[in-house]
Amino acid sequence: MAHAHESSKKRIWIVLIMLTLITTVEVLLGIIKPASLHLTSVLGTSPLNWIFIILTLVKAYYITWAFMHMEGEKKWLRRSVVWTAVFLICYLLTLILIEGDYLHSTLAPLVKW
Amino acid sequence: MEANIAIPTDSKETWSGGGVKPFGASYGKMMMWFFIVSDALTFSGFLAAYGLTRFKFIDSWPIADEVFTHFPGLHGVHAPMYYVALMTFILIISSVTMVLAVDAGHQMKQKKVAWYMFATIIFGIIFVGSQAWEWKNFIKGSYGAVKTTDGKILQFVKDGHQIALSDFVVEERADHRVQHTRKNGLWFEEEATIATYSIAQIKNAYQANTDIQIRSELINPETKQKVILSREEGLAQLAKTKLVVEGANLKVNEYGNTIFADFFFFITGFHGFHVISGILINIIIFFNVILGTYEKRGHYEMVEKVGLYWHFVDLVWVFVFTFFYLV
Repeated sequence: MAHAHESSKKRIWIVLIMLTLITTVEVLLGIIKPASLHLTSVLGTSPLNWIFIILTLVKAYYITWAFMHMEGEKKWLRRSVVWTAVFLICYLLTLILIEGDYLHSTLAPLVKW
Repeated sequence: MEANIAIPTDSKETWSGGGVKPFGASYGKMMMWFFIVSDALTFSGFLAAYGLTRFKFIDSWPIADEVFTHFPGLHGVHAPMYYVALMTFILIISSVTMVLAVDAGHQMKQKKVAWYMFATIIFGIIFVGSQAWEWKNFIKGSYGAVKTTDGKILQFVKDGHQIALSDFVVEERADHRVQHTRKNGLWFEEEATIATYSIAQIKNAYQANTDIQIRSELINPETKQKVILSREEGLAQLAKTKLVVEGANLKVNEYGNTIFADFFFFITGFHGFHVISGILINIIIFFNVILGTYEKRGHYEMVEKVGLYWHFVDLVWVFVFTFFYLV
């Protein structure tokens, strides 16, 4: 409510354009799947997957900051929401994905193709 | 103690202690944020479980491009990703109209808020409808496959492209199998839908058409494509067939791992449920706007709060889109 009467339309359109552009890039990469990005591996998965994940985080940033107006909230409201969620999600993902990899390494050799 | 004390209705927007607002946020807005945090963790739990399962079956997970290939009006055209990209775009647009409604609310323009809310509701309905269409295609299936006694799905390919059972199974069904209904059999028993083709028909058709090969679920790590078996290997695998699969449900899935379908239904279903609740809440707020409730109250903070929820639904979709369709 900080900017009670001024309009932030320009910012909204810029964010719309950004989100549309990023989604278009994602879809194009997903359809083309360049071999150099798709069939190589960096840090456990293909560079293409890393690009998708980073672009998704960028989109998440724009939605939270601009659309949900996080940029206008007080610093500690922002932190209590963002830090909590980011920390817990990273923690959960790390443990669970390592576990999934372990399951694969123990169970896959037992499957006959 | 204070939480139990009734607050006079004229000071509903303040915290019970009076005018001091922690973090400068109203009670409702802050609680909406913390609800969103908990809901985000729920979705993260689901997506993490999906990730675990995917890592567990990393060498045989279905490839999204081969599963979601439909676009309205383009029958039989291989159109991966386009439809879901369109859905993503629709949801982004609905987020924009929502944020424009909030913006108009800040300027106390009742009519504009109402129109933008209306647009948001319409786009939300289009999104849910699109998802229903996506589900329909997924459930109906497009090619058909067979499942072996050791639980593997075998698909059929010709010149490297998957073909439907109806493309090569031509002879008549010899086993005279008919659907058991209450009218032609035991009145107290029902039978699940039986497949269009019998196992024998498919085996015969495979042997008769030498240009057809079988694709296994196994992914070749070099090419990240499913391994196509030679004619002889295919025949050996086909001999183990126990079931003809058409489409997907919670028990069996023509695209590969059954649990892929389970996660698809569960996660997109849970998200769709959020969208539906979001639409309902938006409709309620829309009528409040029209009735002038917020005009009388002097501010449109309620629109802001449902806006937060609506953007959150969009935010979740961004992640579902990435992890189900792209990665």
